Amino acid sequence: MPVLSFNELKYKANDIRQDIIKMLLEAKSGHSAGPLGMAEIFTSLYFAVLNHDPKNPQWDGRDRLVLSCGHTNPVLYAALAEAGYFPKEELMTLRKLNSRLQGHPHNLSLPGVETTSGPLAQGTSQAVGMAYGLMMDRHKSQRVYLIMSDGEQEEGQTWEAAMFAGKYKLHNLTAIMDRNNIQIDGYTEDVMPLENLKAKYQAFNWHVLEVDGHNFREIIDACMEAKAIYEKPTLIIAHTIPGKGVDFMEYDYKWHGSPPDKDQAKTALAELRTLRGRISSEHQ
Amino acid sequence: MVCLNDKIGQPDIEQIPTRNGYGEGLLELGELDKRVVVLTADLAESTRADAFAKKFPERFIECGVAEQNMMGIAAGLALYGKIPFVSSYAVFSPGRSWDQLRVAVCYSQANVKIAGAHTGISVGPDGATHQALEDVAITRVLPNLTVVVPCDALEAKKTTLAAGKMQGPVYFRFAREKTPVMTIPETPFEVGKSYAMREGRDVAIIGSGPVLYNALLAATELEKEHISVMVVNNHTIKPIDAAGIISAARKCGAVVTLEEHQVMAGCGSAVCEVLARHCPVPVEMVGMPDTFGESGEPGELIEKYGMGKLAVIGAVKKVLARKAAPDFRQPPAILPKGAIVPIHPLPQHAPRRGRGRPRKYG
Repeated sequence: MPVLSFNELKYKANDIRQDIIKMLLEAKSGHSAGPLGMAEIFTSLYFAVLNHDPKNPQWDGRDRLVLSCGHTNPVLYAALAEAGYFPKEELMTLRKLNSRLQGHPHNLSLPGVETTSGPLAQGTSQAVGMAYGLMMDRHKSQRVYLIMSDGEQEEGQTWEAAMFAGKYKLHNLTAIMDRNNIQIDGYTEDVMPLENLKAKYQAFNWHVLEVDGHNFREIIDACMEAKAIYEKPTLIIAHTIPGKGVDFMEYDYKWHGSPPDKDQAKTALAELRTLRGRISSEHQ
Repeated sequence: MVCLNDKIGQPDIEQIPTRNGYGEGLLELGELDKRVVVLTADLAESTRADAFAKKFPERFIECGVAEQNMMGIAAGLALYGKIPFVSSYAVFSPGRSWDQLRVAVCYSQANVKIAGAHTGISVGPDGATHQALEDVAITRVLPNLTVVVPCDALEAKKTTLAAGKMQGPVYFRFAREKTPVMTIPETPFEVGKSYAMREGRDVAIIGSGPVLYNALLAATELEKEHISVMVVNNHTIKPIDAAGIISAARKCGAVVTLEEHQVMAGCGSAVCEVLARHCPVPVEMVGMPDTFGESGEPGELIEKYGMGKLAVIGAVKKVLARKAAPDFRQPPAILPKGAIVPIHPLPQHAPRRGRGRPRKYG
């Protein structure tokens, strides 16, 4: 994959956000806030960090990206389509009958999807299993990238997997946590206080970094730093704004699990096309 | 009929726990295929994974007491290209890790093998918490999963080897206690293919697991009363050998199912599902009667909860009485396509009493 410049990454993230809005409008159900908040993370991974080949999704030498919080799949699908794993038009079949784009990701349905996810924390164990497998076979350059949500830290299995990764020093594992502070029922610290996440993971023998989840330079730098860490898995806590890029969705947990209607989508797309004037877009 | 151990029924028949067969099978598989890895959740010794751990330490993964994570890690390893065997007690795995088994393993078709140890009431003194009596029920409903219940240590070894060579997820269960080795190395074993351990005409006992020994003992007893009993080892619960079951039922006209598992939703239910659709003969079901177990010696528990020789004999006599009852209509040998054969006359509706209008609720 060609590595994109920062400007190109910004445009790509904007495209992904627009794809997400269009997909959700078409699907009439699904999650909005999380996927919008992770556009920069997925853009960084698929267009700057991952060693992968969209034309050969099963390539043995690839880095693996495991999405554990399966409900945020619109951002995964949009990124995969933008990267060339499947035609972009197919994005509009999300959640429809006979579609390859299942409501939650299914590894056998769509190229580029590594695991099945939906029940939270399961992806974490699977990513840990893949990283362990790569270590067993001494594949030193290949890595596993795990995307977790913050709400999913409430699952016990997350900590079982974190303990395992710490014990076996899985330094080929980079986990990125989308710390957007919301979940279905409210703000994470109201539903079930999670902090201090950094100290918790450090206590489980992880190397922990914190970044602004909308800053490409910080995300990519942290991923590069993770590659240089030996003896420990790395967690990048990416602080993000849920619903980022769409004014009426930002920070509001009510948008965790609902899609925009036609008017809302129109407003959202109009905003995204200019990002309220903060950055210029080729779509203007 | 297949060749079996000729010491069946004799007091000096060799007794080995089925879990030992798993341990031996793993060792052999480890040699055969470098992709085989074994995971356990702090139960290496009692699931007999310890021999593999000693011989192939680099391919043995200790997960600690965390069965859900273990199942997920196994799925990740399988998706990467390994052949993981997940070893724990069945009450924990698949009991505790069912969600992970359903989504990460079965839906993803990850090539994971799940070994459930300490199944059945014969777990004994550990009591109800550790006696897995529901594992077949919760696994056989999962698409893409093969479910096997070996009858003795030898068959357990054959199952382990077969599972390692198959592509796709497999669940198999073992018992803790020593049980008679009924089969011999020459006894054929093929996943998905039941076989007659003993031929008979009057009634077919179709079952799975070490309790089949009780069926063989019962058959010998009943022979003295001139009752000819067929015993079928239906080791594979899924995919079920419908042809084998139908042919046994058609030949004998009456069936007793037998298993060391809840009588609901296990091997017996799987057999009944086949018979109800294709050959509805009278069936009696022997198994755990919808209750939890308790502490005790394995033999005592098997007797108390009605899965021993006497229970089997009782069920055989009951089903034979039903078979002989005049209102039971034998199904035709070959069902015409699309035919619906009424076994019992349809129930007559009682005349409605009270005021003519049906009562409205809510």
